[in-house]
Amino acid sequence: MEIRNDKGVVKWLLIGICTVFLLVTLVLPLVYVIYTALRDGLGAYFAAVKDQYAVKAILLTIKVVIISVVVNSIFGIFAAWLITRFQFRGKKIISTLIDLPLTISPVIAGLIFVLTFGRQSAIYPFLEKWGIQIIFAVPGVVLATIFVTFPFISREIIPVLTVEGTDEEEAAALMGANGFQIFTQITFPHIKWAFLYGVVLCSARAMGEFGAVSVLSGHLCGRTNTMPLYIELLYQAFDFTGAFALSSILVIMAIIILVLRNIFEYRGKKEMES
Amino acid sequence: MKKRGRFLTLLMVTTLAAGSLMACGSGSKETGNTQTGSKSGDSIEITNVSYDPTRELYAAYNELFAKHWQEENGQEVSVVQSHGGSGKQALEVANGLQADVVTLALEGDVDAVKNAGLIEDGYVDEFPLDSSPYTSSIVFLVRKDNPKNINDWDDLLRDDVGVITPNPKTSGGARWNYLAAWYYFEKQGQSEDEIKESIKTLYEHVLVLDSGARGATTSFVENGQGDVLLAWENEAFLSLDEHPGEYEIVVPSASILCQPTVAVVDEVVDKRGTREVATEYLNYLYSEEAQRLEAEWYYRPSNEELLKEYQYEGEGNTITELPENHKWIITDIDLTNIDHFGGWTKATEKHFADGGIFDSIYEKK
Repeated sequence: MEIRNDKGVVKWLLIGICTVFLLVTLVLPLVYVIYTALRDGLGAYFAAVKDQYAVKAILLTIKVVIISVVVNSIFGIFAAWLITRFQFRGKKIISTLIDLPLTISPVIAGLIFVLTFGRQSAIYPFLEKWGIQIIFAVPGVVLATIFVTFPFISREIIPVLTVEGTDEEEAAALMGANGFQIFTQITFPHIKWAFLYGVVLCSARAMGEFGAVSVLSGHLCGRTNTMPLYIELLYQAFDFTGAFALSSILVIMAIIILVLRNIFEYRGKKEMES
Repeated sequence: MKKRGRFLTLLMVTTLAAGSLMACGSGSKETGNTQTGSKSGDSIEITNVSYDPTRELYAAYNELFAKHWQEENGQEVSVVQSHGGSGKQALEVANGLQADVVTLALEGDVDAVKNAGLIEDGYVDEFPLDSSPYTSSIVFLVRKDNPKNINDWDDLLRDDVGVITPNPKTSGGARWNYLAAWYYFEKQGQSEDEIKESIKTLYEHVLVLDSGARGATTSFVENGQGDVLLAWENEAFLSLDEHPGEYEIVVPSASILCQPTVAVVDEVVDKRGTREVATEYLNYLYSEEAQRLEAEWYYRPSNEELLKEYQYEGEGNTITELPENHKWIITDIDLTNIDHFGGWTKATEKHFADGGIFDSIYEKK
């Protein structure tokens, strides 16, 4: 906003490149998704969305997102707290391990779980004895999603906690506050926007995860097919209305999340300034 | 400001708590599901893990079977379907995917499940005709009016022809494609080294090597890649059905009789107590109603009379539109079968295993 240089050729060139790039890679495909979804009329669109397998895929996706967000919230807050407030050996290692899912290909993540919990693994007899089915079932899908999304929340919180420092917390401790009081009254209010921002990113990623889930789901129709998997299935069954109708639902969910993201970001900044 | 901060904290704590409750709730429900999974009073559920192109066939067959089972046993049966490249599906079952029955593209893939210890020896004789209730063949799907004039396997070696076929490492259909090509060149009187050279040239012309047959069809039909798709007969006819007037089927002079193999997965049915319904599920595939259904979905029925009933009446080796009377089976074609290659164990070892012929020709690209 502050930088105004209307004469700059460079500026217009960059704007041009950006617009063309966004048009080709984002806007056009999205328009095409909506167009194809509605090509056969609204009736066909709603029929496709209300199909029993589509509904099951949508519900499963929502369930997986909620579970991953809850698990990652708890883990993320603890991890961030640990890393910024304590000094110990191996801290670097833990910090690096948290980031691992960002660099590992999701497909490999899926295969790791197959090797760990699959029929050939050493712990499979125990799982079977207790009747626990992890991979090729819903728990596997959840596990895969948690794995690929787990850095998102802690990564958002850690910088805020680092910047805040420990002064206020130390003061509170000196005044006799216990750990829980310190967390709820001092620490959490500081990180809450960063936390919500992390939750949003985590949900967005969880919704769309394909690779790891694809390896672990077994593609059981109506059982372990999340929305991205079911969309692929419909596409390969030549059912374009169905595939793109379901895609449009995913797009709508993504847009809601994007709006939330902007709100949280804005509120967070405002609070920082005040 | 401070008050609102507290309120928000409270809100968040409640959401978190509600969320974890939900998670626990659904978690326990899930274990419940997998526990019962199969048998409960008047409804029963089985899982059919199959290969790529059979999804439509089994969606239709499951309804037919549900009706049959209801009439015979007064019990509701629902069948969960899973589809993908045949080799990949076999591997997933071996890794613990709970399949009551497998209906895979070839015996070699069912063997892989057997070798993992899930299916007992001798499963091939458990059902009639080597446990293959329906068969298929490999044909070419080309674009309308056959612009590249592709008529037989040797046309695929021309430099201007782009070929689409899936990867023989993961797809059953792709293995049949490979063996059909091999048989043709062998019939031309080529020595083994010459055949290898021909096959190598053929795979040099492959533009997209998908992991499953349906992916390959999508590449050719929807994404417009290549000039010819080496396809299961049923995939080719289905494409003709979905896109009338856009494609033609070319039947090569030599091909292979593909025998998809079905089997009950012993370990799983014993655990779940579903052996009876799983066995009947596969047995009923041989009934006349089911055989007719298979023919309608462009699989060759094993029932000889039905095979004759659906025999193609037109001339020539090119089918430009679906015969209205649904008589589509071309019998005027030299079909070899897997016995020619010494059975699947031998064929897999020689051609498709790590370090086999396919590896050597595809790597040296």
